[in-house]
Amino acid sequence: MRTQNQRAWFFVLPVLVLVAFNALVPLMTVVNYSVQETFGDNRFFWHGLGWFEDVLRSERFHAALGRQVLFTFTILIIEVPLGVAIALTMPRKGFWVPVCLVLMSLPLLIPWNVVGAMWNIFTLPDIGLLGYFLNNVLGIDYNMTQSPVAAWVTVIVMDVWHWTSLVVLLAYAGLISIPEAYYQAAKIDAASNWAIFRYIQLPKMKRVLTIAILLRFMDSFNIYTEPFVLTGGGPGNSTTFLSIDLVKVALGQFDLGPAAAMSLIYFAFTLLVSWLFYTIMTKDEQ
Amino acid sequence: MRPRSIVPILYILFLMLPIYWLVAMSFKTTNEILGGFSLFPQEWTFDNYRTIFTDPTWYWGYFNSIIYVTMNTVISLLAALPAAYAFSRYSFLGDKHLFFWLLTNRMAPVAVFALPFFQLYSAVGLFDTHLAVALAHCLFNIPLAVWILEGFMSGIPRELDESAFVDGYSFPRFFTTIFVPTIKAGIGVTAFFLFMFSWVELLLAKTLTAVQAKPIAAVMTRTASSAGYELGLLAAAGVLTIIPGAIVIYFVRNYIAKGFALGRV
Repeated sequence: MRTQNQRAWFFVLPVLVLVAFNALVPLMTVVNYSVQETFGDNRFFWHGLGWFEDVLRSERFHAALGRQVLFTFTILIIEVPLGVAIALTMPRKGFWVPVCLVLMSLPLLIPWNVVGAMWNIFTLPDIGLLGYFLNNVLGIDYNMTQSPVAAWVTVIVMDVWHWTSLVVLLAYAGLISIPEAYYQAAKIDAASNWAIFRYIQLPKMKRVLTIAILLRFMDSFNIYTEPFVLTGGGPGNSTTFLSIDLVKVALGQFDLGPAAAMSLIYFAFTLLVSWLFYTIMTKDEQ
Repeated sequence: MRPRSIVPILYILFLMLPIYWLVAMSFKTTNEILGGFSLFPQEWTFDNYRTIFTDPTWYWGYFNSIIYVTMNTVISLLAALPAAYAFSRYSFLGDKHLFFWLLTNRMAPVAVFALPFFQLYSAVGLFDTHLAVALAHCLFNIPLAVWILEGFMSGIPRELDESAFVDGYSFPRFFTTIFVPTIKAGIGVTAFFLFMFSWVELLLAKTLTAVQAKPIAAVMTRTASSAGYELGLLAAAGVLTIIPGAIVIYFVRNYIAKGFALGRV
């Protein structure tokens, strides 16, 4: 049993102050913009919920949201099973464990704009390693700046390259916490590999996988820097995800009202999906 | 070698290819890069690195980034340690709601908050300081730190605290001399994640700085647009941004595996 102790609030106070300063003030600024209209002369007029209605009806927002959902769904479908498969086949002890961990963590520690720039250099049609190989060795016509399909595939492969290791690290942590006795018991029962995975490893990984999926969902839903550096949202609007579109509206056109309303809707959507997922996944524990 | 090792090996090869290409580019001259495709640098040049190590705008970019990332890691850990202890040991009014609210801050799209952050930090007079970036990164790093540390602390039996108090330890002395050393591994893993997320973030860091605290990533983007097509220089700068991360991983390599196993993450 945990002790009932209201003094615990003093322990939490520094965190509360720091996060509130960074979260509440900017959030209130955004809320403030979202209900006002301005003509660029620093005078603001009450606009009620007008911007919210406009945004919810705008086809541009629907299109960006659609692309965003498709992107997030695709990378989750690829990264989670792939990450689990790699974690399952990784060595459990010995010299190769730290080698694997260090090499696999590398992409996680590269600044996001460098990731974008790196993939840009890697995929240049005539002088990039991948671009040259696809065009001149395999004879596939590949040019990210012209073909939306190529741009999409590249952005997805880049994200898989960048983030699968996070799933691997978390899944691996879940796997090595399984006591040896479980495997011995499975051996005595002559359980198949599939049965071991399904009834021992997967349940033990449930918690870490919940965290991995949540983190990947939240971060991929907010993705901005990497695709912005790699494709600039193009060709056309084909890789303009929600955050890129938002920045275009807010800083490019300086339409603060619609941008603020859009970001609140976007935030609420992320919050709702994360909460639903978290509640469903942790339902059995309570 | 077992046949199943093929999966991690192929995966690591896939991870290394773009990194190899970046490194190869950084040793090529601009002429060679634009002249055509070559798998290895034909004439090795260190000019790109020389430019970075002799130009203060470049090398100060690295120092600035390292300064605010270190500040952020220290601030986040100091604030999160007592809070995580409270969440793992006590139940208090509103604890569950507070925990979930903290986590929601990781979900806020950073791109949205760029402009309000700029206004906020200008208003309090911190614009273009390392402290501004370090504090702003607390938005997503503190919730993460509390989350990971809470997992590790809950894995430590409560009897440890009780027996220390019975032995007459005061709370601060118990916390600093017994409890913190016990969760060393957890702190290592947390520091790794804090460093990682602060080091790789660019949007807020770029918004909150102009000259004095400009991060390396911002120096890179500005160079990319002003100096035209200096791919070799860009590649060399990119390679140098990988090195601090590689050093950090090397130090926590044993903690990552063992540490995760202890905590319930």
